[in-house]
Amino acid sequence: MYKNFFRYLISAIFLLGFSVNSNADFKVGFVYVGPTGDHGWTFQHHEGRNAVEAAGIKTTFVESVPEGADAERVIRQLAQSGHDLIFTTSFGYMDPTNKVAKDFPNVKFEHATGYKREHSNVSTYSARFYEGRTLLGHIAGKMTKTNTIGYIASFPIPEVIRGINAMTLAAQKVNPNIKTKIVWVFTWYDPGKEAEAAQALIDQGADVIMQHTDSTAPVQTAEKAGVWSFGQASDMQRFAPKSILTSIIDDWAPYYVERAIAARDGTWRQQDTWHGLKEGMVAMGPYNSAMGADLVKEVEQLQKDLASGKVHSFTGPIYDQKGNILVAEGKVADDGMLAGMSVYVKGVEGDIPK
Amino acid sequence: MSLDISFIGILIGSIMASSVPLILAASGELITERSGVLNLGVEGMMIIGAISGFALMVITDNLFIAIVGSMLSGVIISLIFGFLTQSLLTNHVATGLALTIFGIGLSAMLGKNFVGIPGKEFPILFSSLKESIPFFGPILFGHSIVLYFAFALPFLTNYFLKKTKLGLIVRAVGDSPVSASNQGINVILVRYCCILYGGAMCGLAGAYLSLIYTPQWIENMTAGRGWIALALVVFATWSPIKVLIGALIFGGITILQLHMQAIGFRIPVQFLSALPYLMTIIVLVVISRDSRKIKLNTPTSLGRIFYKEK
Repeated sequence: MYKNFFRYLISAIFLLGFSVNSNADFKVGFVYVGPTGDHGWTFQHHEGRNAVEAAGIKTTFVESVPEGADAERVIRQLAQSGHDLIFTTSFGYMDPTNKVAKDFPNVKFEHATGYKREHSNVSTYSARFYEGRTLLGHIAGKMTKTNTIGYIASFPIPEVIRGINAMTLAAQKVNPNIKTKIVWVFTWYDPGKEAEAAQALIDQGADVIMQHTDSTAPVQTAEKAGVWSFGQASDMQRFAPKSILTSIIDDWAPYYVERAIAARDGTWRQQDTWHGLKEGMVAMGPYNSAMGADLVKEVEQLQKDLASGKVHSFTGPIYDQKGNILVAEGKVADDGMLAGMSVYVKGVEGDIPK
Repeated sequence: MSLDISFIGILIGSIMASSVPLILAASGELITERSGVLNLGVEGMMIIGAISGFALMVITDNLFIAIVGSMLSGVIISLIFGFLTQSLLTNHVATGLALTIFGIGLSAMLGKNFVGIPGKEFPILFSSLKESIPFFGPILFGHSIVLYFAFALPFLTNYFLKKTKLGLIVRAVGDSPVSASNQGINVILVRYCCILYGGAMCGLAGAYLSLIYTPQWIENMTAGRGWIALALVVFATWSPIKVLIGALIFGGITILQLHMQAIGFRIPVQFLSALPYLMTIIVLVVISRDSRKIKLNTPTSLGRIFYKEK
């Protein structure tokens, strides 16, 4: 809270000094699900916020806001205290964001990774992380010796299931014997539990570890055990220099700056944004030389093809676990199907928690 | 492959490692509570211990200083609690909650510059024996010194409370501070000591997380373990040995359910996730249902403010 207090104080001082400038009181608020120091998901959103500040726009942020009743209170408080644009940066903020948006028609809202835009002042945005997962799957399929890929999953939402499926499909393409083992931890952020989940997967024979959680604990566990891993959300290489093959990096900064400027200048319109490798919202960390020059070249080519649209992560034929066809041969999954994905593809072990 | 005997040994070893912070924090809190003081600040003291230990390790590059420093930091922050509740007679519950909130905030602030620095390898003992003896190797050997200390602690605590004069004094103060005071015991001093000891153990529990278990500093890395330690003390009806059992069950089922998922058991995952909490409560309630013993162990004046009339 002190942070906010000082920000208000500073902006108040600015207002006194530059009250001529009509845009001086334009403020952008950010709501984060984790601490800014998680070196993962929230860290990257915070980097985006820093870019908005650097563009000369005042911002405030509230970190570690639980998904649920607290979220609505925090969002409402930001709206009430004169913020003109509010970014809510976690899936679980979807309903609270829409609820508050109804009561504040003059405030603009941007919700990350959701699909509900119930009012004209709510936009949604997300990144095609699954394109990154396709690259990870390709690498994992080539690097595994036990043919077992361990996957630490957070919550059974389409975003997470899409990642599991994209990775598995790509791995199967280069290694038909691949098995994907999944452990659900039901948290975005608990270093101890994430480390234990990684260890459990390693004990069960996984020699490549992947995570859809936010801390650096899994890659460190992998480093200690001498198996491969991938960084999540930001470049985690320095936490596990030997183990990390590459990282999926979320780059929100250009989008945040663009939307903040649009809102300030009055050109902001409701939209649904889903950017990927092509626009740079999804980027890849440096490739580990342990992959070998040939594989690096292969993956870089695949990355280019995904970006240009020549290759799609979900190209048919794709079957579900029971063998029913999901995407026909020669077709690609449309965005609607991707956004609502709620079944595993063939080759993933276990059931999705209901 | 998944269930052979040497694998079970490794599994038990990792269950023990995950229980350590709970054992340390709960054993410390147990002494505090037996003296009649309810300190809900366990989570806050742990997280302060975690950042202090990690920061000192980075600054001094000396793990011994880091461990001792984390305990000292726990002592210092619990001194605030002690001063407020014992000298200024504030409410234990409110002050303890404030301590947790304060600890989480302060640690985040202190830790800003330590995020993203990789931790240091903590030395483990008898690592050669761990590899060479099947089954018992990974259970008995190859752990850090803190783990051995943690597993001795409940027994030492039990001995202290039951067999020593000082332990008797602590229990007397917790059960009836007025009579203890009339006997010439300095109740406030005894309670101060117990609070500071609890702080030291919580600090060590936090340092175990940031220096040994997941060697790094990340905000809020205790992730609620302090609250579980608090609950353990109550469900174990203030008995140190039952605290140990409870911590092992909780740590054990947490890890087992992750393994069951990885092996591919077809049990609803939500149920598996709730299992550690359920099982720990059930087992502790079953083993402590002797109401006479509960009465014997429960500090009667727990959470009540004591002041000496002058």
